[in-house]
Amino acid sequence: MVKALQEVKTVDFSRPELDVARIRRDFPILHQRVHGKPLVYLDNAATTQKPQAVIDAITRYYTTDNANVHRGVHTLSQRATEAYEAARVTAQHFLNAAESCEIIFVRGATEGINLVAHSYGRDHVGAGDEIVITAMEHHSNIVPWQMLCEEKGARLRVAPINDAGELLLDQYERLLNPKTKLVAVSHISNALGTINPVRRLIELAHARGIPVLVDGAQAAPHLKIDVRALDADFYVFSSHKLFGPTGFGVLYGKRALLEAMPPYQGGGDMILAVTFEKTIYNALPYKFEAGTPHISGAIGMGAAIQYLAGVGLDAIMSYEADLLAYATARLAAIPGVKIIGTAKEKAGVVSFVMDSAHAHDVGTILDQEGIAIRTGHHCAMPIMERFGVPSTARASLAFYNTREEIDALAKGVLKVREVFG
Amino acid sequence: MSDLRDLYQETILDHNKRPRNFKKLEDANRTADGYNPLCGDKVKVYLRVEDGRVKDLSFEGSGCAISKASASVMTESLKGKTVEEVEAVFKRFRDLVTGKAGEAEDLGKLVVFSGVCEFPTRVKCATLAWHALSAALQDDKQPVSTE
Repeated sequence: MVKALQEVKTVDFSRPELDVARIRRDFPILHQRVHGKPLVYLDNAATTQKPQAVIDAITRYYTTDNANVHRGVHTLSQRATEAYEAARVTAQHFLNAAESCEIIFVRGATEGINLVAHSYGRDHVGAGDEIVITAMEHHSNIVPWQMLCEEKGARLRVAPINDAGELLLDQYERLLNPKTKLVAVSHISNALGTINPVRRLIELAHARGIPVLVDGAQAAPHLKIDVRALDADFYVFSSHKLFGPTGFGVLYGKRALLEAMPPYQGGGDMILAVTFEKTIYNALPYKFEAGTPHISGAIGMGAAIQYLAGVGLDAIMSYEADLLAYATARLAAIPGVKIIGTAKEKAGVVSFVMDSAHAHDVGTILDQEGIAIRTGHHCAMPIMERFGVPSTARASLAFYNTREEIDALAKGVLKVREVFG
Repeated sequence: MSDLRDLYQETILDHNKRPRNFKKLEDANRTADGYNPLCGDKVKVYLRVEDGRVKDLSFEGSGCAISKASASVMTESLKGKTVEEVEAVFKRFRDLVTGKAGEAEDLGKLVVFSGVCEFPTRVKCATLAWHALSAALQDDKQPVSTE
């Protein structure tokens, strides 16, 4: 066992350029001890930590600019509106969307998907129609479609995956047919880390005139996203998985699609004129943003994206690829550890089970070592069923994680073996 | 590390590895399912209740060491007890694992779960089988959830 670990240490993973020590100083929460041990935060697929720049942006907004947006002529309202709309442009550039009005602010990826299911889905999906998803979706990209199918008498079709956790492309293609009205697919699986060939999936769907929604909740913090290069019709992500605040996120939609869609919720801000007989809806993006929005959420997310841009997504991607390979090698070298999800194209996640210990026990023992991982079904119960495990332990990475932290994780997992034999 | 050893006492590790009464009870007249959606733990408790007394009990399922050992020790501890006694033990056990117990009197082997109170996220694991048991005694057909 010890021998295996030493062997792994000699494997050379060249370290790409990223000043992690400096980056870690930007995240105040990382500098604490848990149960007397330095915190090792490896639960980034659940939520990420926030850099000081994000915390400061939110504090500054509430300290100096707080007012409602799109309403007042007074200075504070103008400042708040400007900051809120600047975040929209930042998000537009982040996704390389053509226009800022294609960026709809929502509560998170989940609400983005629900918005499309309600607004687009109800208009376009009827009895006997089909919606195609994959076997590796998060519950948030399953349940809204199930609800829609139930309401409309439509059918949910699921494209299967292989034992490595990769989508079976030919089977996916075979599911697409004239009854298919929408494809909804995750860019990166939260439980397995698989990166789906989204560009190809969209191409195959578009060849049959089927629009595609991409759940980018896990992809946004790890990949460079270009919705136009992907030709995605809808793309959603959450701010809090992107080093920004919770309760906020983005739905990108192609303008023509969004314009043809009915509003999602009714209320203030989404209207141009209201009488008791008739309401004229506001233009994009406001048509989909009823009520006073999460203004500080937008501002915080904008600051997070700016921060990411400052670090550089290319550097992040190459650093994380190295760290993932290192983490995979370290964990795979421990006897009794089995990694779930071994796709060739993978990012950010090492899900594993141990023959001697249940994931929940792994999580408790690691917590005693100051190591935060996720244990359970990761809101993807069908994946657990597919792999025949009740749950997994999942270490998920961010660019502020280090090889030393992976070493601590490996040591913690060895401790689990010690306790459980 | 002393905390960890308090939680994973030898008896718990032993019952996790070799759970007792881990089988379907063929002549059961009460059953109930327990489910912890947080971690996916599932347990099915079988009971044979006659004349207000638990004549026999067993369990099946999958789960973490705490939930499995808890179910196992539970089945050992309750055989032959009246329904009222079982409910009383459950109450004391619940007090024990949530840290409310003054003294763990009469709990016998169940005291090995006293360390659980230091790990609030694991209380649900320790009580899952007990909740199912309680539902079975009330003949409640709905699966119980820890949520």
